[in-house]
Amino acid sequence: METIKIAATEDTPNVILDPSNNQFEISGRSLPEDVVVFYQPVMQWFEELEKTPIENMALSIKLEYFNTASSKLILDILLKLEEIFQNGTKLNVIWYYLSSDSDMKEAGEEYSEIVGLPFKLAEY
Amino acid sequence: MEIDKTSKIISGQRPLAHLYSFHKLMNENDIMLVYCGDFSQELNKTLLSFTERKFKSENVEDNTRRKIFNIMVEILQNISKNKVEMLEDTPQVDALFIIGANNEEYLLISSNLIMNNKIAPLKNRLDQVNSLDKEGLKQLYKDVRLNASFSDKSGAGIGIIDIARKSENRLDYSFEEMNSEYSVFSLLIRISKEKI
Repeated sequence: METIKIAATEDTPNVILDPSNNQFEISGRSLPEDVVVFYQPVMQWFEELEKTPIENMALSIKLEYFNTASSKLILDILLKLEEIFQNGTKLNVIWYYLSSDSDMKEAGEEYSEIVGLPFKLAEY
Repeated sequence: MEIDKTSKIISGQRPLAHLYSFHKLMNENDIMLVYCGDFSQELNKTLLSFTERKFKSENVEDNTRRKIFNIMVEILQNISKNKVEMLEDTPQVDALFIIGANNEEYLLISSNLIMNNKIAPLKNRLDQVNSLDKEGLKQLYKDVRLNASFSDKSGAGIGIIDIARKSENRLDYSFEEMNSEYSVFSLLIRISKEKI
């Protein structure tokens, strides 16, 4: 698997998908106007992951803001991970939220209700 | 309102004669931001960053500030992504975005041109979200997101549902017909101030 590192901007998140350092993270703000363009390489990476799964992979999602279009893309990523998990690869997702951010906590809870994979909520 | 007599506040015969009534109108409605013109993602970022800094400096409670930011993102991108094609007979109406307040609420207002054939699905969605309670909105949001496709640009998508959930108030709207093809769609969103 290749490594993806995309530095955060004012309206796009920091993305690290780094198998050699066992680091998998999407963090910051995800508000791009064209989400499909921004997430294209990220989705591509998760498509590849299905062919060569990484055992015990932990994906951290730590977002400050996301728009509804990103919300759909994040769901697509989680559904892809669910597929990989149900094919027998151990993995998990950690959804971080600020202790004062009840909407972000609720967003995590809603994802965990939809996708069938180990999903942990973590306050910070 | 004095402004009704002449809509030209600063470019008419007496450029400053009516400015005071405009100033008063802004002041009495606690209007902190008005933008009227072309909307793009670059402009959206500027408006968002201005608003974020302003609300932070005024120590607006975190959850309220985040709700305003989130709703603003959806409104502004809704305008910039759904621009009507400007043809010869298209009414010359620039899109408008306003942030104001009263004692109890922050008010976000948007107004933009829409094609008449896009009104029905949008109106249905607005009436639907206004008829649902918190749990109903949550379920609708989950269903629509699961089945959403990015080719759907009808404007009746998930943004309105998210706005309704975050505002926790009824969405006021109107459609003002300009001609047989176009109308102006206006939306007023209320975000209750944190009760102290």
